[in-house]
Amino acid sequence: MDPLYPISFTLNGRVIQQEVSTRTTLVDLLRHQIGLTATHVGCEQGSCGACSLMVDGRMIRSCLVFAIQLEGAVVETAEGFTGDTKMDALRKAFADRNALQCGFCTSGMLVAARDLLNRDTTPSREVIREFISGNFCRCTGYEAIVDAISKVAEGSGSPRDAQ
Amino acid sequence: MTQSSKYPERIDVIAGQDRPRRNAIRHAQGRGRFVDDIAFANLAHLAVVRSPHAHAEIRNIDVSRALAVQGVVAVYTGVDMKALCKPWVGALNHFPGLRSPEQYPLAVDRVRWNGEAVVAVVAESRAIAEDAVDQVRIEYDILPAVVGIKASRAADAPLVHQQYDSNQSFEMTLTAGDAAAAFDSAYLVVEEVLELGRQTGLTLEPRSIVADYDPSLQALTAHHSTQTPYQMQDLFARHFDLSEENVRVISPDVGGSFGMKLHVYGEEMATVAASIQLGRPVKFVADRMESFLSDIHLREHLVHAKMALSKDGDITAMIVEDATGIGPFSVYPRTSAMEGNQALRLMGAPYKMPNYDGHLTVLFQNKAPTCQYRAVGHPIGVTVTEHLVDKAARELGLDPFEIRRRNIVTQDMYPHTTATGYILERLSHEDCLSRLEKMMDYPRLRAEQAELRAKGIYRGIGIATFIEITNPGPAFYGIGGARISSQDGCVIKIEPSGKFRVAVSVTEQGQGTETVMAQVAATYMGVDVGIIDVITGDTERTPYGGATWASRGAGIGGATVMKCALAMKANLLEIAAVILQGKPDDFDLTDGEIVFKETGNSAITLDELCRIAYFRPDTLPQDYHPQLSISRHFVPQGTPFDFTNGVQASYLEVDIETGIITLLDHWVVEDCGVILNKQLVDEQIRGGVVHGLGGILLEECLYSDSGQMLTSTMADYLAPLAAEMPDIHIDHICTPTEMTPLGAKGVGEAGTAAAGSVVLNAVNDALSPLGAQLTQTPLTPERILRALGVVTD
Repeated sequence: MDPLYPISFTLNGRVIQQEVSTRTTLVDLLRHQIGLTATHVGCEQGSCGACSLMVDGRMIRSCLVFAIQLEGAVVETAEGFTGDTKMDALRKAFADRNALQCGFCTSGMLVAARDLLNRDTTPSREVIREFISGNFCRCTGYEAIVDAISKVAEGSGSPRDAQ
Repeated sequence: MTQSSKYPERIDVIAGQDRPRRNAIRHAQGRGRFVDDIAFANLAHLAVVRSPHAHAEIRNIDVSRALAVQGVVAVYTGVDMKALCKPWVGALNHFPGLRSPEQYPLAVDRVRWNGEAVVAVVAESRAIAEDAVDQVRIEYDILPAVVGIKASRAADAPLVHQQYDSNQSFEMTLTAGDAAAAFDSAYLVVEEVLELGRQTGLTLEPRSIVADYDPSLQALTAHHSTQTPYQMQDLFARHFDLSEENVRVISPDVGGSFGMKLHVYGEEMATVAASIQLGRPVKFVADRMESFLSDIHLREHLVHAKMALSKDGDITAMIVEDATGIGPFSVYPRTSAMEGNQALRLMGAPYKMPNYDGHLTVLFQNKAPTCQYRAVGHPIGVTVTEHLVDKAARELGLDPFEIRRRNIVTQDMYPHTTATGYILERLSHEDCLSRLEKMMDYPRLRAEQAELRAKGIYRGIGIATFIEITNPGPAFYGIGGARISSQDGCVIKIEPSGKFRVAVSVTEQGQGTETVMAQVAATYMGVDVGIIDVITGDTERTPYGGATWASRGAGIGGATVMKCALAMKANLLEIAAVILQGKPDDFDLTDGEIVFKETGNSAITLDELCRIAYFRPDTLPQDYHPQLSISRHFVPQGTPFDFTNGVQASYLEVDIETGIITLLDHWVVEDCGVILNKQLVDEQIRGGVVHGLGGILLEECLYSDSGQMLTSTMADYLAPLAAEMPDIHIDHICTPTEMTPLGAKGVGEAGTAAAGSVVLNAVNDALSPLGAQLTQTPLTPERILRALGVVTD
């Protein structure tokens, strides 16, 4: 059995204390030790973006980060973002525009979309497409996702107007 | 709606199309519930030792060091599994001569593809199981591997299965009219050999199962990421000798399937076997590399095809020789012959073409097994046909629209049987073509193309007509001997609150099945969609049925729900009539309330009706028993399939210096009959188109000469991402089917069917002034530069 080490960090606004092995990834800690399963595992090598979440204000791939690196960190997952108006608007826009089908990429996609809109309030469709190109979606073909993000972006009217 | 229907009860406009899917709201809140998200007490984890070789004899397996790893619960070899699970064979009676050997959950004696499961380790955690996997020692005698299609059918090819005299699994011939004579008298013959690359499904949620066996009741519950819970219930029962009613399969949220998650996989059967042995829940979730190595692959074809035409551009015949490589086994239970069968039958299918000679060879190889996947056979049939049509048009100096217009099956010809034997009820090729031409502003694009060509910029326009196989009929798959139901069932229950619960046997993998079933129920009962809850994906909580595959969910599942909803409505009117001492005919159910038909005034609310029916039946006449749950089963009738049709177009630019293709625009005009939910239909099409674009431009499962898979990560196997995909314009023609009272056909395959074909045609259109053409997919920059003669080594 692997030796365990204590860590303490903030997860969606609450302080978490856990014991982790050195090889446990952040996403496995979240999913299998803590029981927060909104963050999904698609490839375990940083290619698909399904496990994207925020650590200390930066978007990261939680399959590429070891849990033990988290000491003192502030982590926000798709279960979190409470009171974040951009995230609320994105969640609604994704549902309204059917910007998801199976839902497996959605948590990571929403985290990426919010990160983009925090950097650029009026991204063009091209900028949106470029920015979410780290997030793989097998179902939608992406257009509805681009529409949903466009709609939330400040200053845009209907999704088509943003073209 | 244009045609009048033989079903007077049919409603043309389905309610609730403007509402977001409840599942979408849930997923957008991070509230999905996939198999790997569900917590189980006392859970064990299964990991698999996979073959490092494409073909080898297993000389010895030593599991002693694996068993010694602390936390390991059990280790199973193929020989162990032989005692636990009855073998299976991927054959069906209606493919006479199809051969494939018996299979067990893990390889026995011999491995036949790189990645085949050989040993299963069960441990207290996945990490420990993987540690122990590394401790299993297997000695192999490596054998020569059969990799390519040509290599598989070579006279001196090594045999994938020694008991057979060749690597052929199946062959079939289809003929109509006299193709040879048509070729003899043809004005023009065009011919091509097309090599179509092998792809994989790449669902973002990998295959996942938790098998949970209760020895006290001999009962198995499988939480399984599958499209077909009833089929899996039957298979688990039969192969593990359990009573079918003691097997429950639950499919919670399924993270993409597209046909990949309805086949039998050895690791999943091994997981069930382990749970039965251990009497505790056991989980297997494939990691991404395992998915690349062991999910079914698809669409590896080598096609030699010829088309004969008259001087006027009438297609008089096709001769097609299709060879497809399926890996070492025909996949159970649906077989790996269906893909080639449908490819062969879809050749020339939109056209009047009277003569046909088609021959299919299905070949074993030492690569991952291939089987049915989204748009089974469609991209092959469409790509080959439409490539030849464009080639002929160039030779004859005909516009691509014009040659298609001359050949499509027209309104005066329906019902029409294609040369390949498909019966078409009624399609709308003419309307689709003219709508597309207008929608894409074709003359303007041609002018722009010519203008840019003069400046050395090479843009191309590609068009492809297609038909799509949906709503399979009553014979599927039962006629072949498989216990896969063609009928579906629905139970509607009115809750004491006056709200409805609809349990139905079609399943949801993100298409919006549950939403659409709620809409159909709402429309045909006359209530708001918001008071309907839909249950799917649980063999214990829903009636038995066929579930979701071959674009049957909306059309057949919808018709099932429609029938049940009409029966529930009649019941509610009867109860109201009893309560109000009138006749059922005096009342109607509209906007969620029972009203007097004559005045439209409110008669009784549903919650008041339920209050009386459930809690004060003493106030009703003696011996009156209000029926508050209704069930109906529905069997599709008529022809073997409901075909849809459509046409797609692509506009793109090829950089002749780098070989890079930029997609500029994409159009789809499609006819799926009655549209149940326009947004969901459009997004099915868009997702399908991008699936097709991935296949034509990016995706290829590559193997080395020795059969090592070279594309087993997402960094090596390229799949479509947002930046390189275009926005997709969609329009609809509506020709409702009369095969079902609902009038809806499927739409899941339409996008994928022709998206690749239009890109291939557009690339060849772009390069035509340079005398280059592409005949191998995917259309990588390297292949384009080779076609242009820039790369020659």
